Amino acid sequence: MFSNFDYDVIIRSLPYLFYDGMTFTLALTAFATVGGIIFGTLLAMMRLSGFAPISVLAAGYVNLMRSVPLLLVIFWFYFLMPYIGQWITGASRPVQVGASVSSFVTFTLFEAAYFAEIMRAGIQSIPRGQVAAAQALGMTYLQTMGYIVLPQAFRNMVPVLLTQTIILFQDTSLVYVLSITDFLGAASKVAQRDGRLVEMYLFAALVYFVISFVASLLVRRLQRRVAVIR
Amino acid sequence: MNYNWNWGIFFQTSPDGVHTYLETLLLGTGWTLATALSAWCLALAMGSLVGVIRTTPNPWLVRLGTAYVELFRNIPLLVQMFLWYFVLPELLPTQLGDWLKQLPDASFYTAVVALGFYTSARVAEQVRAGILSLARGQGWAALALGLTQPQAYIYVLLPMAYRVILPPLTSEFLNVIKNSAVALTIGLMELTARARAMQEFSFQVFEAFTAATIIYIVINIIVTFAMRYVEQRVAVPGLIGAKPAVSTH
Repeated sequence: MFSNFDYDVIIRSLPYLFYDGMTFTLALTAFATVGGIIFGTLLAMMRLSGFAPISVLAAGYVNLMRSVPLLLVIFWFYFLMPYIGQWITGASRPVQVGASVSSFVTFTLFEAAYFAEIMRAGIQSIPRGQVAAAQALGMTYLQTMGYIVLPQAFRNMVPVLLTQTIILFQDTSLVYVLSITDFLGAASKVAQRDGRLVEMYLFAALVYFVISFVASLLVRRLQRRVAVIR
Repeated sequence: MNYNWNWGIFFQTSPDGVHTYLETLLLGTGWTLATALSAWCLALAMGSLVGVIRTTPNPWLVRLGTAYVELFRNIPLLVQMFLWYFVLPELLPTQLGDWLKQLPDASFYTAVVALGFYTSARVAEQVRAGILSLARGQGWAALALGLTQPQAYIYVLLPMAYRVILPPLTSEFLNVIKNSAVALTIGLMELTARARAMQEFSFQVFEAFTAATIIYIVINIIVTFAMRYVEQRVAVPGLIGAKPAVSTH
């Protein structure tokens, strides 16, 4: 079964897999996590707003993003971005936007919807009395959020946010459909060039597994440590 | 935006010469639903089995169940699809591998198996949580009444657990429908793939993707409302989720 398993093809392509591929995968994961949490927190605050048009808008965005497949959203943005670029810059023709840039934007905007739901749960888990106390001290809405509510909500939700990041890390493999050289893209290109599908895909699965598994163990440990004692 | 909108495109004949573009999208919807439903059956069966063995007192069964969940949860779905589609036939004996590769609708069966096992790990977590949420006395009461361990699970614990975990199972089912789009990478012509094909042949990108998006949203709404109805029907009386019982006198 593994008699003609070619370990050499893996070793030979290691620099390409990790230097070209994994770098992109990790960069995309990091960018989309940071951007997604910032935009997601904003969406969560909008959704909890007492001003109906704002909360309806945010809810509509979150529900729309959560009801369509990520792959469809990737295609949407890939084709839509040139027109958006044209609209923003006022150019006469659709702007050339590379697959990489479009994937960064897509993942940030898509994951923001999921981070928004996590942050909304986090904000809602803060006792109402804290907001009242902050207001009694004369804090504005932004001060209440920035100094009182969000730091606690964020701390409570760190394990969930990190778990979502692990899911995001796995989801980045879908940029394969845009022929981007992420980790899976690199593995797949070598696999097809050398006709070594078995070796490359098994190795890719192993690498994804080890990273996600170790990360989820660390999250579980963190969860026990940061839990607020009540 | 200098884009030529043409909503009439849906009624033009697609390159297959038989169906209109609208019909190809609906055919794709059929494949999406068929894949999602078949995978869901597999996921429920395997997920229940693994979820149950993780709550048994046997430490080796628990470890086996945990390993199963970790394996299928920590590899991206796309990579799992590739493993089932490209790698598995090569690792099997030659004859069996060749038979697999030549199977008609191979991408459909592969998608069902890959998606089913991937989702089963998530279902297993829910089933386990559901069983653990029940009062411990319930299992003991079943055993005290003379039920065997399997009977206690089948007649007492699982029926209760399913009713408790219905909301997370609903969102898992919605995930299966969305995740079935990943099968386009192994050549299954489901909804997203049809929208992509329509865009390639007709150049009407946004009409195609708008139609696909609307179909996904409609499926989502139907499933959500149907499950909400089911949730109300099977809610466990006395739990917070259930409506208070109506007094009869």
